[in-house]
Amino acid sequence: MGYNMTFDVESGDFATAGQASRKIKKKLQDLGISSKIIRRIAIAGYEGEMNLAIHSDGGQILLDAEPGVITLRLEDTGPGIGNVDLAMTEGWSTASDSVREMGFGAGMGLPNMRNNADGFEITSRPGVGTKIKMTFDL
Amino acid sequence: MDKLFHSVYLDRSKCKGCTTCLRNCPTGAIRVRGGKARIIENKCIDCGECIRICPHHAKLARTDPLKSIESFKYKVAIPAPTLLGQFKQRYSADRILTALKSIGFDEVLEVAKGAETVGRSLEFELEGGRDDLPMISSACPAVSNLIQVRFPELVGNITTLKSPMTLTARMAREQLLANSEHNGLKDEDIGIFFITPCAAKATEVTKSLSAGDPMDRIDGAISIKDLFRPLSAALGKGKCEAGLHTASSEGFSWAVSGGESSYLGKRRHSLHVDGISNVISVLDEIECGRLSNIDFFEGLACTGGCVGGCLTVENNFVAKMRIEMRAENERGNVVPALSEDDLRTFYASGDMHREQPLEPRIFQPLDEDFDKAIEKMNEIERIEASLPGIDCGSCGAPGCRAHAEDIVKGFARKIDCIFVLRDRLETLARLTNEMLQMGQPMSEQEETEDESK
Repeated sequence: MGYNMTFDVESGDFATAGQASRKIKKKLQDLGISSKIIRRIAIAGYEGEMNLAIHSDGGQILLDAEPGVITLRLEDTGPGIGNVDLAMTEGWSTASDSVREMGFGAGMGLPNMRNNADGFEITSRPGVGTKIKMTFDL
Repeated sequence: MDKLFHSVYLDRSKCKGCTTCLRNCPTGAIRVRGGKARIIENKCIDCGECIRICPHHAKLARTDPLKSIESFKYKVAIPAPTLLGQFKQRYSADRILTALKSIGFDEVLEVAKGAETVGRSLEFELEGGRDDLPMISSACPAVSNLIQVRFPELVGNITTLKSPMTLTARMAREQLLANSEHNGLKDEDIGIFFITPCAAKATEVTKSLSAGDPMDRIDGAISIKDLFRPLSAALGKGKCEAGLHTASSEGFSWAVSGGESSYLGKRRHSLHVDGISNVISVLDEIECGRLSNIDFFEGLACTGGCVGGCLTVENNFVAKMRIEMRAENERGNVVPALSEDDLRTFYASGDMHREQPLEPRIFQPLDEDFDKAIEKMNEIERIEASLPGIDCGSCGAPGCRAHAEDIVKGFARKIDCIFVLRDRLETLARLTNEMLQMGQPMSEQEETEDESK
């Protein structure tokens, strides 16, 4: 028994990025999740959503709420990350200047997600795509 | 939990049950049931959007009439800085305050004085370093309410400094009581009245009577709108009393968005935003952790700041221009009464801070039981998918999602949706027709079918 929901995020869609995180936040509030945990999920979800918009060719955010754990999955269809360890380093970024000018691309996205989640797994294959699974214990 | 008090209320006799307020309420706190609007108390933040927008003037703010000051021996008016923006430049601030005094008050003290104290203390609040940035202004009660209702995790970011209004009331009461040997006044003789530009402040005034430090209490809130006529009449009369206007230009500039932030100057990153929907979108970003590089966030519910309050008279852009012009003309005229050292002593005394920090308003989940909440969430989504998704408001809820939620919570029926009702009626009509045809003799039915070919 669980609740799940999928949100599509288009590549380069900065104008509406943030909407999925907002919806996730509202749903978790309705489910009675504590606001402290919601905040961490909102931060991680927002970073994920921005990552999909900035770096991916488009993807999805999948929310899963079950007794005891909330799972957030980010799945995209490319381009994939060449060196995952390097990408996890704080301050490391491949974002273009134009993206940085918009206030993004500081190289904190992935580390920030990891720091806010209780569980964090990332798998990526260049040319195929990236999958991130974050869990939040209730 | 204390029963919530709200200034905003509905005049049922004027409400036509249209959906204007419903669709414009920023917290989804209104439903139309039985042809009349209804306010969901624990969601209402007293922002006054519905008061502004109601075409039938059915949404009102509860404030005190001018005659309520009569129950006090000594009457003090503490006007919001916005008052100065309501009148043309040719009336000096002293002239406006003289008019205010002349309609029944013994004393006038501008809330802009309290604003100076709060403004200068913002830096102290930041100096010690804070766990959560940005620090959020406590000046606009509608925004504080909004955070308590919709952004519970940001409640701790709100500064615990009292509002300028509260500090001004305290200043006035303390001064009068310190001189009680001369003026013979006892605490209960003194009536302090806030001249309010908005509903949210009126609510804050009412709360001050039952909670917090009794020295901070404010005995009533009178709307600028209600005083506009007597004030206009009094403006041209009598001699102008010099020295009533004691506030600095920085102090009364709090009437417009950015006035408070300007106290922090260039040393700090501050962001000021006005208009409730703009404030919501920035708070969303703050909650997602995007703006932690900003030191201070000043969010004001009304467009332009307090000059846009729903109980003001003058157009908010005009009032803003007037405040800015007055500030420009008076810049540097007033030296702050408190020295830096005295201000620090006051700051350290604790009297400048709220005794109780704000708490999130309790949010009602779909169900206390997580499994049941999930079940209800799934049910809501099933129902939502079957609704037209055009958020017309005809059902009495602000949108299809809210309607689905109301159905699952047991507050509404699916056929309250006129599209669902229409479909049901169509089905009914079709079935009735089929039944009628079934009742006809076989031969006739065959003829009808032949005709249709």
